[in-house]
Amino acid sequence: MAAAAKAGEATLRHAFGNVLSFFILLLIGVLAFSIRLFSVIKYESVIHEFDPYFNYRVTQFLTKNGIYDFWNWFDDRTWYPLGRVIGGTVYPGLTLTAGTIWWLLNSLNIPLSVETVCVFTAPIFSAFASWATYLLTKEVKGAGAGLTAAALLAMVPSYISRSVAGSYDNEAVAIFALIITFYLYIKTLNTGSLFYATLNAIAYFYMVCSWGGYTFIINLIPMHVLLCIVTGRYSSRLYIAYAPLVVLGTLLAALVPVVGFNAVMTSEHFASFLVFIILHVVALVYYIKGILSPKMFKVAVTLVVSVGLVVCCAVIAILVALVASSPTKGWSGRSLSLLDPTYASKYIPIIASVSEHQPPTWPSYFMDINVLAFLVPAGIIACFLPLSDASSFVVLYIVTSVYFSGVMVRLMLVFAPAACIMSGIALSQAFDVFTRSIKFQLLRILGFSEADAGDGSSANVVPENDAVKVDKSEETIKERPSRKNKKKEKEQMEKAQAEKTSAKSKTEKRLLVLPMELSVIGLLLLVFMGAFYVVHCVWAAAEAYSAPSIVLTSYTHEGLHVFDDFREAYAWLRHNTEVDDKVASWWDYGYQTTAMANRTVIVDNNTWNNTHIATVGTAMSSPEKAAWEIFNSLDVKYVLVVFGGLVGYPSDDINKFLWMVRIGGGVFPHIKEPDYLVGLLLLFVETDGKGFDRVRRTEIGKKYFKLTHFEEVRQS
Amino acid sequence: MGVRRKMALRFDLIIFTILLFASPVLSDLILSKVDRRIDLTSQIVENEGSEPVSEVLLAFPDLQVKDLALLKASPHEGKGKVKSLSASLPVENVKPNGMPAALTFYAVKLPKALGKGDSYTFDVLAVFAHALRPFPEKITQADIQLVVFQESAFYLTPYVVKVQSLSVKLPESRIESYTKLENTKIHGSEIKYGPYENLPSFSYSPIVVHFESNQPFAVAQEVVREIEISHWGNVQVTEHYKLVHGGAQNKGEFSRLDYQARPTIRGASAFKYLIAKMPPRVHSVYYRDEIGNISTSNLWGDSKKTELLIEPRYPLFGGWRTAFTIGYGLPLKDFLFELEGNRFLNITFGSPMNELVIDNLIVKVVLPEGSGDISVSAPFPVNQWEETKLSHLDLTGRPVVVLQKTNVVPEHNQFFQVYYKFSKLSMLREPFMLIFGFFSLFVAGIVYMHVDMSISKSSAAYLARLQWDEVQAAIQQVENVINRCLTTHDKLEASLRDLSRTGDVQACKAARKAADGLLKELSKELKLVLSFLQSSSAASQILPKVEELVAKEKDLQEKVMAKHSTVVDCYEKKTGIRDSENRVAAQQQKITALRQEVENLLELIDEI
Repeated sequence: MAAAAKAGEATLRHAFGNVLSFFILLLIGVLAFSIRLFSVIKYESVIHEFDPYFNYRVTQFLTKNGIYDFWNWFDDRTWYPLGRVIGGTVYPGLTLTAGTIWWLLNSLNIPLSVETVCVFTAPIFSAFASWATYLLTKEVKGAGAGLTAAALLAMVPSYISRSVAGSYDNEAVAIFALIITFYLYIKTLNTGSLFYATLNAIAYFYMVCSWGGYTFIINLIPMHVLLCIVTGRYSSRLYIAYAPLVVLGTLLAALVPVVGFNAVMTSEHFASFLVFIILHVVALVYYIKGILSPKMFKVAVTLVVSVGLVVCCAVIAILVALVASSPTKGWSGRSLSLLDPTYASKYIPIIASVSEHQPPTWPSYFMDINVLAFLVPAGIIACFLPLSDASSFVVLYIVTSVYFSGVMVRLMLVFAPAACIMSGIALSQAFDVFTRSIKFQLLRILGFSEADAGDGSSANVVPENDAVKVDKSEETIKERPSRKNKKKEKEQMEKAQAEKTSAKSKTEKRLLVLPMELSVIGLLLLVFMGAFYVVHCVWAAAEAYSAPSIVLTSYTHEGLHVFDDFREAYAWLRHNTEVDDKVASWWDYGYQTTAMANRTVIVDNNTWNNTHIATVGTAMSSPEKAAWEIFNSLDVKYVLVVFGGLVGYPSDDINKFLWMVRIGGGVFPHIKEPDYLVGLLLLFVETDGKGFDRVRRTEIGKKYFKLTHFEEVRQS
Repeated sequence: MGVRRKMALRFDLIIFTILLFASPVLSDLILSKVDRRIDLTSQIVENEGSEPVSEVLLAFPDLQVKDLALLKASPHEGKGKVKSLSASLPVENVKPNGMPAALTFYAVKLPKALGKGDSYTFDVLAVFAHALRPFPEKITQADIQLVVFQESAFYLTPYVVKVQSLSVKLPESRIESYTKLENTKIHGSEIKYGPYENLPSFSYSPIVVHFESNQPFAVAQEVVREIEISHWGNVQVTEHYKLVHGGAQNKGEFSRLDYQARPTIRGASAFKYLIAKMPPRVHSVYYRDEIGNISTSNLWGDSKKTELLIEPRYPLFGGWRTAFTIGYGLPLKDFLFELEGNRFLNITFGSPMNELVIDNLIVKVVLPEGSGDISVSAPFPVNQWEETKLSHLDLTGRPVVVLQKTNVVPEHNQFFQVYYKFSKLSMLREPFMLIFGFFSLFVAGIVYMHVDMSISKSSAAYLARLQWDEVQAAIQQVENVINRCLTTHDKLEASLRDLSRTGDVQACKAARKAADGLLKELSKELKLVLSFLQSSSAASQILPKVEELVAKEKDLQEKVMAKHSTVVDCYEKKTGIRDSENRVAAQQQKITALRQEVENLLELIDEI
């Protein structure tokens, strides 16, 4: 009777556990969403920074004109006089996602503006990303680690920095796509189900749609497959996980206009095909091994290896020759700068000029992942105990992403999920050890008091076994007719299994119990560390990463000061210039000018045409007459110059001036960097100068003074 | 008339005392005294006057008429009360024969026909927009703005006027020049023409006043006001403005430095802010444009009114444009009333902005979904049509009454009423829709979980799966039974512990008996299931493990029984407990080992 009651209790506990983890996940989603709303609450619901403005503009076009016009959209508002084929040169994932959300809401008669949808896309997808992290980590190390990792990811500052409300950029959805692709890969690897393999290809397709970072996936997964093969872990599951992904994934990727034939032609994808071939060779070897006797097999091996080596060498030689014949060795500039961190500064100043392409400093690691940096090594160790296909994958993931994040600060974003997964595993394992120790010690104390007549050693074995047992019996009692429920049950069984294996390891590791005091202290320290992490994340979300960068605020003793100069200038351009006027500015402001001022710009943040940017750079760094001639030849009517000297806004055009010279000099040799290092300030004053063409210059002066003295507007 | 700051030209015309000498033939009608006052401190033109017979004609040149914003006639109530527009006289556009083509005529119906020699005094208020012209047309930032006003010194009328005078009120500033006629006097900022006596009909004498006016000319080219009624307690007003500074065009550069250093000199003609007078208890006010919130605004108020001061993103100089949106919520009970089963909305027509001339005003009243019998009563003629708007969770759309009017001045800021019928039950439609939606979602979820979605019921895979399901069920049964066996063993153990504590051999024996019975039953069950598993082909894989499990369990069972008997025996024979423990220890070890094996097997099977 007591057992029955206990069984009932355990059933309840089990059900309660499921409900609890569901609600924890729900709350993690809410947390991930709401921690990113600081920008809306502190500032306003507005699109942030530069690239998001372009995405926003594209989304507006999509919602207004529909998908077919979108694919064929030739944008004449930018890169004047060249224009840009937007449909063929953007990663459409983000735009299509937000467009679909908008369309769905509007067809349900919920009239949200496109802007609102765009602003909140990133937080929504962060919630999705944390759920995907839960799934991924659960596949690797069980539900506990999954929940911890999801909670960590929900508020990791590195990810927050790219996904606050309003940060409507590719990364916002791409991280979700990345994690879900990895999850589906691991899931396929664990189950060997073709269903998941197909889903995996679709997730990969979504990733390709969303972000250029998809090359990370298509290189990491082959690396893992290779690792598995080398370490003798080949299985049919590995084949199912990889082969469909390459075939379907490549076909799907080629459908995305911006990728197109690059999916088979550039070197970034080469590794996947190579591993694809190797995998088939290995599969063939295993198959032959199965049907031949060992002796025959040896003969066959010698035969095939000798022939195969020759063929392989020939093929590889041809490939190498082909690849080497192209100047960049078939790699795009950005990818090359990943492999060779010094590449960009040597050859492509325009890539090097972007601050997010610089290598990060150590403090930025602490800022962006905080205590996770300390937990990651512990997580890696935990992944080796025991090493499974799944855990080897996350280890590989973290190792590669650490390298990439070290090269480019932007790729910290790829590193953050890996760090969260590892730290989740480490934290949950540590908690496991400590709580188990405490529980054991407590039980011993209680056991002594309870069973002073009986034998103490068996007394504490029994209740544990009881618990495990009733868990089982509870599951077996339930009768579930339908397939769906069977599946669910299976999942539950898996979960239970995880619990059981932990229970098993409990009995095995009983001797490794830590002393009570130590575990309590350890637990407290962990909780303290977690609290510190939370505090840091909230601070980072609220203070460091929420600024929309088009609105600046500062606190003085008089209160809050708002500098809204950029929008003031854009609004003026929007309302007070002709629709077809051309505005020249440094390329940083191109996207904002097209989106907010709705005027044609010469260059923008897309930076696809180095020569064009160099022309503007040259004009900016030329004497007035020459500059006027260049701008005149480009039909420029207004020049937007940002000067933050008096407000104390550091990233103004003087700050960027050296890059203008460098980029200009890269194409037009008469611009030499050393010439400008001396008379920099002088030159700027001249550019601002007294008019050559009066009308043109007045507009510059207008903007110039407007921004310069905006602070005084507020002070007076 | 307070000082006006907007680009509004005010033109006050007061016509006094008309004497009727003959029967109502136009030429016989004499305006005995016409007194016009033109207020140029702003940019709206008002004619106030009094005329006779049953009908009096007012004439305006066509050029002026297109900017005529308001024309109102009211009985004269003495000075200072001309603005009470409560008892106004009907005015309508007429086209009398034999009149000059370039003039437009309005007829004022008098309350009673005038007899011969009778006189009647009334005021006419006419308001014109855009009557001031900046001259020079382009100025720099530092220049002051000069404007030109053209009018006739004599009142243009088809009647003979006995005495008439005109006074032009200017803002308190410099007068560049003005037309000097006889009898022209200037008092401070007021220019007086007249009085002139016995003027024939249609007498005309142009005058031009050129003066300084730095009052910003705020002109809204288009304003769309959307008033949305929610019966849940809110009236949401959203106003979209397209604003232009209608004054002298700015030429040359705009220097923020100069503007900031000496805003009154360098930027005198710019306008910096607008003030909106809103009803009290207004809430959720916002001020933004298409690229986001505009942070330069200020809201204050008391129980009688709320004032919102908004600054455009940049100071507006002549010819500059901007566009923005303001929105606010109002409590429903202040504006919506019930009358004989009808509901009516009573709200102001024009924009709440002070001194704003609106070229084209569109007022949209969005009524709740399901309202009908809509009618509008407005104090002046407006164009009117209906639309529907689909908003939150609408099925059929909300009826929208659209009122459109050109040349709107602050004088138009009067209340208008929209009457409609609305049933309270319609309010519950949307909540119910939501409830139903979620309910059906959950039901669909439940149904989906319980329905076998297989397409083919006879395919090999389906059958195999069914079989496999059965096998799994059987295995679960086995596990179940084994687990119950294990529980029974535990019970036995427990009874042994009880025995060692209480020494009650009988109770222990009873427990043993019960356990025996239970175990026998269980083994029967087990046999049944096992035979099924053996017969099933799908189970061939798992069968050896299951059989091993069963065998191990049987072994364990025997061992436990043996142990139990030994211990009980010991107690019965009263051998020492120490002795029994020694004997049991070996058995206990085996039991623990077996138990471990059984559990391991269970897990293994689970995994399969």
